[in-house]
Amino acid sequence: MRWCEAPGFYIGHEVLERYGCRMADGLVLTLKLVGISSTLGFVLAIGLGLLRLRGPKPVRYAIAGYTTFFRGTPLLCQLFLIYYGLGTFRVFWQDLGLWWFFREPFYCCLLAFTVNTAAYQAEIIRGSLQALPKGQVEAGRALGMRPTAIFLKIEMPQALLIGLRPLGNELITMIKVSAIASLVTLFDLMGATRLAFARSFDLSIYLWAALIYLALVEIIRRVWGLMETRLTRHIAMR
Amino acid sequence: MEKYLSLLSFGDTGWGDELLQGALVTISIALATLPFGLALGLLVALASRSQSKIISGLATLYTTVFRGVPELLTLYIIYFGGQILLQRLWSGLGFSGSLSISPFLAGMMALGLVLAAFSSEVWVGALNSISKGQREGAAALGLTRGQAFRLVVLPQLFRVALPGLGNNWMVLLKETSLVSVITLQDVMFIATRANVATKEPFLFFSAALLIYLFFSILSAWGIGRMEMRANRGFAR
Repeated sequence: MRWCEAPGFYIGHEVLERYGCRMADGLVLTLKLVGISSTLGFVLAIGLGLLRLRGPKPVRYAIAGYTTFFRGTPLLCQLFLIYYGLGTFRVFWQDLGLWWFFREPFYCCLLAFTVNTAAYQAEIIRGSLQALPKGQVEAGRALGMRPTAIFLKIEMPQALLIGLRPLGNELITMIKVSAIASLVTLFDLMGATRLAFARSFDLSIYLWAALIYLALVEIIRRVWGLMETRLTRHIAMR
Repeated sequence: MEKYLSLLSFGDTGWGDELLQGALVTISIALATLPFGLALGLLVALASRSQSKIISGLATLYTTVFRGVPELLTLYIIYFGGQILLQRLWSGLGFSGSLSISPFLAGMMALGLVLAAFSSEVWVGALNSISKGQREGAAALGLTRGQAFRLVVLPQLFRVALPGLGNNWMVLLKETSLVSVITLQDVMFIATRANVATKEPFLFFSAALLIYLFFSILSAWGIGRMEMRANRGFAR
């Protein structure tokens, strides 16, 4: 017996035992999707958030448009546009040598999730940067620090602290919405569960999946809580 | 270009009228879910402030579950679970044949349960913002607890909760797109069907995106207006 069949076996849940390994693979795919897209999105968001505040005017407007668009429309629709819509320009992508990317639902999902979460995270980072007291930057200047140093050593660490909780919430949201990957033929946790249900008509398999998602979310919440106490230990508790 | 315009036109050949109808369904399910979700959310918020450990524990359990489980999964559980439950009830009563739950109702319930979990957090924050003196004053005037809540707390609650509830509304509006997977004929569903029929996914999903964007921008504007109106008695 493989390890992923064990939970179903010990509980005595036949469907969970039979599809346990598929669901475990699905969980790995979910984690991959969320992990990669959230990390890439975070890197993008720092740039976007900064340019949104301090870039030249046209860039600021462009980024405002970007965030409004991606935060104002459903991710499901964005995903379908990328997967089905961009997939129709096959010849174009082949000429560019990018067809391997838009052919794969996995990469399309990654792209959709990344640009979406980047928009949300950019807004969080922008808000956090704006929330910093002006004196922080002025003090840096008074010390003769260069703008880059002020940004990296004074603004960013404090802004990320302010943004820590909302960024954690965004990660949790990503875990939840990643379930729509199952709608473009991917077998993530949701996809594997859908398969198990379609073959067994045993509704309780959905409840088990719900429990796994809940556990994931709870783990992130706990880790974020620990991170918060650790990172804010120099700040007096109110 | 002309081809695309004719695909989006109204009438037999175009999908314009279908898309507009889908937009109407999207708005209807969001609007139908709102009062149910917000009212349940307020109840959950009140329960979480209860003196009884059991009741507040149940409220916490409720928000933890519905905030942690993917909306799509909740939707499936309600839809298929409701189907099975209803069927059992139907056969149990001795009727024959099959019964099915409408996607609109299932979607409304699933989205409403999730909305209740998220809005309860907003309600709790708003409830906390109302100082104890307000309730004490109401009690001193001889109002019962129910009257104090209805006449003193509730009117003040709305102003504080409005920005958070506005956010909840925007999220709800986008989440309605998920109900298309259980065949509710909303914008998303129509766009998918148009794509199957015409093989023009880029056009139709773009059109759907623009419809959602329009609703979002309109909502943001409307919520801003409501906030301004709610705050008209307060100096900035």
